[in-house]
Amino acid sequence: MKALAARRHHRFAPVVLLLLALLVTGGVYAVLAPSQARADSASTQDIETGKKLFQANCATCHGLDAQGTDNAPSLIGVGAAAVDFQVSTGRMPMAMDGPQAQAKPRQMTDEQTSQLAAYIASLGAGPAIPTDEQVDGSKGNPANGAQIFRTNCAMCHNAVGQGGALSQGKFAPSLERTTPRNIYQAMLTGPQSMPVFNDANITPDEKRDVIAFLEAQRHGSAGGASLGSLGPVSEGIWAWVVGLGLLIGAAVWIGAKSS
Amino acid sequence: MSSKTTDVTVPHQDGDLERFPDPGIPEHKHRQADIDPKADKRAERQVVVLFTISVIGTIVALWAYFAVRPDGTVGGVRTSTMVLGLAIFFALAGIGVGAIHWAKTLMSDHEVVEDRHATRSPDDVREIAVQKLADGIKDSGIGRRGVLKGVVISALALFPLTIAVPLISSVGGDWNVGTFRTTLWKKGTRLTYDPTGRPIKASDVTIGSAVHVIPEVSEEYRQTGEWITEKAKALVLMVRLDPRDFKPFAKGRENWTYDGIIAFSKICTHVGCPVALYEQQTHHLLCPCHQSTFDVADGAKVVFGPAKRPLPQLPITVDSEGYLVAQDGFDEPIGPSFWERLR
Repeated sequence: MKALAARRHHRFAPVVLLLLALLVTGGVYAVLAPSQARADSASTQDIETGKKLFQANCATCHGLDAQGTDNAPSLIGVGAAAVDFQVSTGRMPMAMDGPQAQAKPRQMTDEQTSQLAAYIASLGAGPAIPTDEQVDGSKGNPANGAQIFRTNCAMCHNAVGQGGALSQGKFAPSLERTTPRNIYQAMLTGPQSMPVFNDANITPDEKRDVIAFLEAQRHGSAGGASLGSLGPVSEGIWAWVVGLGLLIGAAVWIGAKSS
Repeated sequence: MSSKTTDVTVPHQDGDLERFPDPGIPEHKHRQADIDPKADKRAERQVVVLFTISVIGTIVALWAYFAVRPDGTVGGVRTSTMVLGLAIFFALAGIGVGAIHWAKTLMSDHEVVEDRHATRSPDDVREIAVQKLADGIKDSGIGRRGVLKGVVISALALFPLTIAVPLISSVGGDWNVGTFRTTLWKKGTRLTYDPTGRPIKASDVTIGSAVHVIPEVSEEYRQTGEWITEKAKALVLMVRLDPRDFKPFAKGRENWTYDGIIAFSKICTHVGCPVALYEQQTHHLLCPCHQSTFDVADGAKVVFGPAKRPLPQLPITVDSEGYLVAQDGFDEPIGPSFWERLR
């Protein structure tokens, strides 16, 4: 201790202390911080294969090292969740340019998708693919999910998730058939026109509640035919064309003479 | 049947009068059921079937009420409502259609012409009516009893006030336009997540985020009716974009953002819909009602649609704990134009 005390005024002492403090903070953070699901479990083998897949299928637009080009954004730091969302819904690889990349039959298998995700995740830290537990709608509260959905999502995706129009050919897709994992990933990563809803804005539990709410909408409407849940447009057409047509038909029949 | 002729006389182009003979009533055509006993029987059977459908409908409706109860699931409610509704429809439609079909095919089809009488009553009838009124007034003695006349007229004249005063008064209550000018936002008000009310740390707002924001208020205030009105005015949409994407800020607004975080009133300046369709890539904010589009990167300038003014911007900064707070309230009334707004 004496030796230490003697050197506490040494000119390198602050630097040593600072390094020690950083090491301790980093060490404690590594132990305490919640582990990122799945992404870490990827093997070097997966990353290598993912890199080859990337260079064959994605590099034309995103650049050889995923650094981005004039045609497509950089993928460094977007995380495994973004890759899994884009590739498993078939949005990427994109078939052609358009107002927005649309969901289509997927071109990569589950294994290839996870290899691509592992490669992109290895380039920079980003949101990981959520666990099955996190996206299990049966564990969520649909009533709370409805509140969150109304405030944050309904303006674009419609009050029951039927989707809606945006500007210049873009649109918010219907969520009727979206898998719970993809719903979660979309909120987390904000694909294309959609803003990001990170875990501070909508907590993981609230995200699960939103999934529970959307799953509750899939049992159909208690009122019978929902007419697409589009509100006054489809209901108005029905009332004015079919409803009034029937009334006019009935009036004509009552007024006509019997043959 | 009328025996009078109702020939029509119209002035011709060159001044002559042209006369059209009354074509009379078209010849009466007998219905199938009147001339053919088989058709008569068939029509009767049809009416019987229609009324029977009604009877069956009623029985099914009663059966469905007891047997097909909604079981609490969405599908159960739908089935129950559907069966009950269809049964009641047939029960009523059977009666209605049956009655009309009966009247049209089987009841007498004599054609009858009813002449219109003159609108003016005969003179003797008019005299009797006037006499009766005069007798009534004389009998009531209203001419002699002045006070009575006064209170009757007063009572009748005053009664409409019971309806008019509350009606006009409650209309008048809404004319307090002063409340349009201010919102709950003031210097130091914390920004919180809608609907949970958790305060927002600036570090939690990542680039590309869109956050729906309400001002921080006490839990007791949230329970009051006033909160709903004030919340409707104070709604804010906050986004964070790469600071390099901003166009140069307007004079005096250079410090209204914090590290790329920018906040605008969510109430459209056109007719007050919530403008909340934020497109992350174009930084455009779209109003769902009339497609007004605002450019968030350019001070919420209107780039498309009927809105006339940019959305009011909420000046924000962070407090000592890193939470986002308002620097001040909005510097202009939020929402659509109103009479006293002066622009």
